[in-house]
Amino acid sequence: MITLSHYIVLGAILFCIAVAGLFINRKNVIVLLMSIELMLLAVNTNFVAFSRFLGDVSGQVFVFFILTVAAAEAAIGLAILVLLFRNRSTINISDIDSMKG
Amino acid sequence: MNPQLLQLICFYLFGFIAVVAALAVITLKNTVHAVLSLVLTFFSAACLWMLADAEFLALALIVVYVGAVMVLFLFVVMMLDIDQEKMREGFVKFLPVGLIVAAAMLVEMLGLIGVKAMHAQVMGADPAVVAGVSNTAWLGQALYTKYLLPFEVAALILTVGVVAAVALTLRQRVDATRHESASEQVRVNPRDRVRIVKMDAVRPAQPTPVPPQEPSS
Repeated sequence: MITLSHYIVLGAILFCIAVAGLFINRKNVIVLLMSIELMLLAVNTNFVAFSRFLGDVSGQVFVFFILTVAAAEAAIGLAILVLLFRNRSTINISDIDSMKG
Repeated sequence: MNPQLLQLICFYLFGFIAVVAALAVITLKNTVHAVLSLVLTFFSAACLWMLADAEFLALALIVVYVGAVMVLFLFVVMMLDIDQEKMREGFVKFLPVGLIVAAAMLVEMLGLIGVKAMHAQVMGADPAVVAGVSNTAWLGQALYTKYLLPFEVAALILTVGVVAAVALTLRQRVDATRHESASEQVRVNPRDRVRIVKMDAVRPAQPTPVPPQEPSS
């Protein structure tokens, strides 16, 4: 029988995999964006599970809005990436240092 | 077979696929393969959401993410000429740090959320079925009444996203294609295009009489 802890543990595992992905792919912006998408998926899984087990519709409504904002974010992020590649001919993060941050 | 046991087996199957595919996303060398693994992760997650009776969101995840966002990722990955080897620099160096941080975070999370306490929370009846409607209607009733303003704002965000993405990537190429410049069209002065000439409505001084011609038979 599926319990709430099944979904929560799965969400935590996916989130931690995404965090590890942010750490070990320090060069590639595309993989970093994909790791962020993975984090959002883990959070959404938690929302869906709580909505189902508590019988509250708000969780699913929130997942709907997160999906919307994440789609817009991915579109703008990839547009910036294309622009960056066109101007600098690289997407290596260590080469993007003109702001000396 | 007991349907609840079948559900649990399906959960473990899809959960295992999701975790393995997520690991593949962050470790694969080829970025195209990583994107395809992410598609598999999203698909397994959609199956898991379906198990939690969130049918509308599961299908929206497949349509929006697998159908639109991941295709966009694939487009960008294939369009950019990326040096795969250079991107892998530092992978081994940061691998232990990443693993340690992720493991520590996982242990902390599992300790904080209290897995034992939530284990008692079993899946009850589907709240949408209890309300007597389908999952989509259940979600839509909340979305169009209580959350109407956020819903409109979400539409606005999507519009801004479209405009921003187009404005960012639009390139003015004067030599390659013949096209109208939008800013030039806005800036145009009507007086440059059309000249209105005022003339007095006077009869010409001496109209030459044209002799009526005989219609040829």
